Amino acid sequence: MGLRRVAIVGAGITKFYRYTQETPKELAYEAAKMALDSCGMTLKDIDCVVLGSAPDAFDGVHMKGEYLLDGAGGYKKPYMRHFVGGGTGVLSPIHGWFHVASGMFDTCLVVAEEKMSSAFPHPAGAFLTIFDHTTEQPLFPTLIWIFAIEMHRFMHRHGYTKEQIAQVAVKNKKNAIDHPSAQLPGEITVQDVLNSEVMAYPVNRLDISPTSDGAAAIVLAAEHVARRVTEKPVWIDGVGYCLDTAYWCNRDLYYPDYLEVAARNAYQMAGIKEPSKEIHVAEPYDPFTYKELHHMEGLMLCRRGESVKLLLDGVTQRDGNLPCSPSGGLLGVGNPIAAAGLMKIIEIFLQLRGEAGKRQVPGKPTCGLAQAWGDLMQVGTVVVMRI
Amino acid sequence: MLDPERIKNTATKLSFEDIQTKKVLSFKYKPNLKYAWDNGVAIGRYLAELKNGRIIGKRCNSCKRILVPPRLFCELCWRPTDEWEYLKDTGTILTFVVSHVNWDASRVKPGQRYHTPAVIELDGAGKDQGILHLINEIEPYDIRIGMRVQAVWKPPEERIGAITDIKYFKVIGG
Repeated sequence: MGLRRVAIVGAGITKFYRYTQETPKELAYEAAKMALDSCGMTLKDIDCVVLGSAPDAFDGVHMKGEYLLDGAGGYKKPYMRHFVGGGTGVLSPIHGWFHVASGMFDTCLVVAEEKMSSAFPHPAGAFLTIFDHTTEQPLFPTLIWIFAIEMHRFMHRHGYTKEQIAQVAVKNKKNAIDHPSAQLPGEITVQDVLNSEVMAYPVNRLDISPTSDGAAAIVLAAEHVARRVTEKPVWIDGVGYCLDTAYWCNRDLYYPDYLEVAARNAYQMAGIKEPSKEIHVAEPYDPFTYKELHHMEGLMLCRRGESVKLLLDGVTQRDGNLPCSPSGGLLGVGNPIAAAGLMKIIEIFLQLRGEAGKRQVPGKPTCGLAQAWGDLMQVGTVVVMRI
Repeated sequence: MLDPERIKNTATKLSFEDIQTKKVLSFKYKPNLKYAWDNGVAIGRYLAELKNGRIIGKRCNSCKRILVPPRLFCELCWRPTDEWEYLKDTGTILTFVVSHVNWDASRVKPGQRYHTPAVIELDGAGKDQGILHLINEIEPYDIRIGMRVQAVWKPPEERIGAITDIKYFKVIGG
């Protein structure tokens, strides 16, 4: 394709909390500085900066990209912001990849930040305006409604039960115990999930990731730079992203077709023919318990209707054949929207380098995948990485 | 390897109480913005027909769907849509929820009815062609996917040309 190879060479991430004292800029700075330090680079070595952040309404700041520029290290550099709702954090590395793969720049600092706590008492209210203003908003929909609507359809079509799906929360919150950024790690049981407050049947409180403040960053480099700054570059071998229509009531929600399109594009680019065998470790997007399963199916990591079996058989545990969300995922580490997606990218980066510490999956994985999802249940973003 | 100690020092944990009790100072602002949206040709007709107590869609002769809400072009076939079509006000529940939370994340008060939004496939519109609306006149936890429903309209004098001219859908079978 005439594109250059691009590697992730450094990463940084903040602690995630429900409320942080630090401003969005301060969080972005901490993550970006850590990413540069991790590969011995300074801002002088960076040719361009891209920034991912979700709805402006969280912060009550329009021109949020411009507002965050200083913290993200974008001062007097080529700088762009991107946004596809929850899918943003995995579009971030794709956006940076374009800049470097094209030959335009040799290095790119990729920063993702979210501070959701500024909207109070709860940022959920800010989501009302994502729905169609005339045909949906008058019914006062919420994000929890529509995700519960999708979960119910997914359960109905496959015959999955709440007890089965709750195992995702048990697994991911346990994995998060070993993640230094984690906001809601813990040892819980299926019964804890079922006994937690009903938010919108079939969704209980422990089926949902928390709202969070946090930031994450990575450094991308063209091959000749990457080999100079690190002995373990992690290559971005495949990228894919795709949006379905915002008419979310006009399709069967049990299966994310748009994610399959994105995944096929990423797999074709990476030369992957059998994803369930060739992907060694995955971070499917898990803002809700069912989403990890829904996404495993859309990513073709298993057949449709088979994800629960893999979960119950332990295949997706850290020591299973296809570890999923070894980081602890959004359910355990937290969900500062854009930063959460980039957290997943960073987890695969660390896993492939063998630097995930207590979270390290066995078997020296060489190929991994991270994925995110969002907008009106309509976007899939996928990155395949190899070492 | 990222340094766990450094990560832990990147952010300072606060609580909502810290802000409310002014342990940390903050500035509060409540935007008071108001909007009036022009609804365009297709949605304009949709609203006008809702005021008349009817649901109208627009057919795409390429994919054979009747698009509801109607649009002037089919987003799948990327072509102008064709005839206007009235639809029955009956349909089938494709999926629904029983919501204990309101739009702003506050909780439904004890004694009040839980919200029961559903995706309803309108008869004749085509497979999976649903709209978002509410179900009522049934205990929330008695609702099932696949139930047949019909629109319950506001009286004509109360209709204003809005999706809420349909008060809700009631179960008529299944």
